[in-house]
Amino acid sequence: MESIQVDHVDKSFQSGKSPVEALKNITFNVKQGELFGLIGPDGAGKTTLFRILTTLMLADKGDAWVDGYHVVKDYEQIRKRVGYMPGRFSLYQDLTVEENLSFFATLFNTTLEENYELVKDIYVQIEPFKKRRAGALSGGMKQKLALSCALIHRPSVLFLDEPTTGVDAVSRQEFWQLLRGLQKQGITILVSTPYMDEASLCDRVALMQNGSIMKIDSPGGIISQFQKPLWAVQGDNMYQLMHDLRHDSRVDTCYPFGQYHHVTFNESTIDIESLKKEFQQKGVHSITIDRTEPTIEDCFMELMNQ
Amino acid sequence: MKQFFYFIQKEFYHLLRDRRTLFILFGMPVTQILIFGFALTNEVKNSRIAVLDLSKDEATRAIIHELEASRYFDIVENLNSYKELEPTFQAGKIRLAIVFPEQFQENLLHTNTSPIQLVADATDPNVANTLSTYAQAIIMDYQNSMRETNELPYRINTELRMLYNPQLKGSYNFVPGVMAMVLMLVGAMMTSISIVREKELGTMEIILVSPIVPIRVIVAKMIPYLLLSMVNIGSILLLSVYVLDVPIQGSLWLLVFECLLFTLTALSLGLLISSVSGSQQVAMLISLMGLFLPTVMFSGFMFPVENMPIPLQIISNVVPAKWFYYIVKDVMIKGTGFQTIWMETLVLAGMCVVLLVVSLKKFKVRLE
Repeated sequence: MESIQVDHVDKSFQSGKSPVEALKNITFNVKQGELFGLIGPDGAGKTTLFRILTTLMLADKGDAWVDGYHVVKDYEQIRKRVGYMPGRFSLYQDLTVEENLSFFATLFNTTLEENYELVKDIYVQIEPFKKRRAGALSGGMKQKLALSCALIHRPSVLFLDEPTTGVDAVSRQEFWQLLRGLQKQGITILVSTPYMDEASLCDRVALMQNGSIMKIDSPGGIISQFQKPLWAVQGDNMYQLMHDLRHDSRVDTCYPFGQYHHVTFNESTIDIESLKKEFQQKGVHSITIDRTEPTIEDCFMELMNQ
Repeated sequence: MKQFFYFIQKEFYHLLRDRRTLFILFGMPVTQILIFGFALTNEVKNSRIAVLDLSKDEATRAIIHELEASRYFDIVENLNSYKELEPTFQAGKIRLAIVFPEQFQENLLHTNTSPIQLVADATDPNVANTLSTYAQAIIMDYQNSMRETNELPYRINTELRMLYNPQLKGSYNFVPGVMAMVLMLVGAMMTSISIVREKELGTMEIILVSPIVPIRVIVAKMIPYLLLSMVNIGSILLLSVYVLDVPIQGSLWLLVFECLLFTLTALSLGLLISSVSGSQQVAMLISLMGLFLPTVMFSGFMFPVENMPIPLQIISNVVPAKWFYYIVKDVMIKGTGFQTIWMETLVLAGMCVVLLVVSLKKFKVRLE
């Protein structure tokens, strides 16, 4: 069964005098119990898509259904059965952790006790601070509280808009483990993130850029479509190296990737040693060039260039 | 219903935890009443005057005594010559000087007429006018007391009676004005800010994506400010009765009812403002410029509406505070009943209903 269906959705905004197309012909489905990721940089249209699906905005064209209900005609039904965690931290800073939770529980006609099982794993982590005001929590704690609030009424579909933005690496790891746990309980999760490394944690992902979906597949499927051999290049002057690589006719693409530059070549066989020498002559030393496995980010960069 | 009550409870948490705002909300009416009552008053009291008595006889002494006895004047300088007059004014020591010519009483008794010169500092024309009128009245009093022994035929006496406010207290005028101002500000500004704050924080997104009916959100937002306004009504009335000696002549319940009606109008206005503004600053600016200024200018509390050009008089009719100001003046000061203010009440009620309906219609169930 399809939990979320999006069918040719368009949306544009008036920004000054010229309209900005935020979403262009978006179509995808999310199966029940699936953990689906929308991956893309800021401005890709992820938040707009979330708002259309959570009935907060109307699409210009196209239709969408959540849990079998149409986002415009049956918006009241959808509002009863989805959980939504907006991108900005959207809880009351001047209420305590406990008060926030019971407020959102009451808002959805339920209580913390009733659905304690569902939020238990998350709530035990913030329970020691339950008398603390939400505004005084750390970033990771805030996200956990927001997730608890979005979950408190046992939604059938959970919308999480950039839940890990601005959260430290350890908390991000924990957060994704929590999502996996929720998925086991049968909750469909649509999550967006600008972090490419989080894509591999989803069942399927849609890569978004400038309001369009470039590709939908499982993370493994997307990576397997990366055909060319990928090389990780490192040297003592990375800036100079990037400049030289990008101006080399044999180089197809070159992107900075952590401590390395990820490079693909136009030719299928490359003489590594002569390449190293050439760059050394140009003033970059201690160069290493090794084969590496592509990641989602490499695929994203490649798709962007097409 | 439970979600509705919890929502109200949540609003109270917001309100009570924001100490600074709370202090302003409760402190504002009290300070305004006290400032208007004791500092910003255009009543003339204890004005410093100088006397230049070149005659020093029985009559001048009697008049000076009368002047001194009145609460309007404070004789701070006794001048000895004309030359001292100008420097005393220039030094700002006095606002009025009274000059008795030589042989004042003699002239009065023998030629039946004797002049007194009043010299006023007219940099503030209103004060100069008021002071000279008071001084003239006191001098006339003395003249009348002389005539009693020495009856003249054909005399017209004007007897002035100031109705409703015999002591001409300014507080009779500004208590209704301050009430209009405070209720408008608390109602409209605070409601609009509290709704816009939820938009700004993003919590409105979650509230919308929940089963709660939007109208309940609105009502839950209004109730704390309605209660707060009632506390303010109480504190203003208590202060005006017990501190400023402005009695409530008419029915207290009628007055409270009218206050509630006006508060509801203000709350609906706040709701309307919240639906057109995207940030707390915008909401505050619209409330201040769009409500506070018209309330002060067009209610008749600072400037009489009758003296304004016709277009402004017409504009003043759409300002709810104008109608409320009339009502409070009638009920509280004149002590009239509902039969004299039913029209104003009807206008106010009409405004309230229209504003409420429009703002409920404009309240968006979506973000755009």
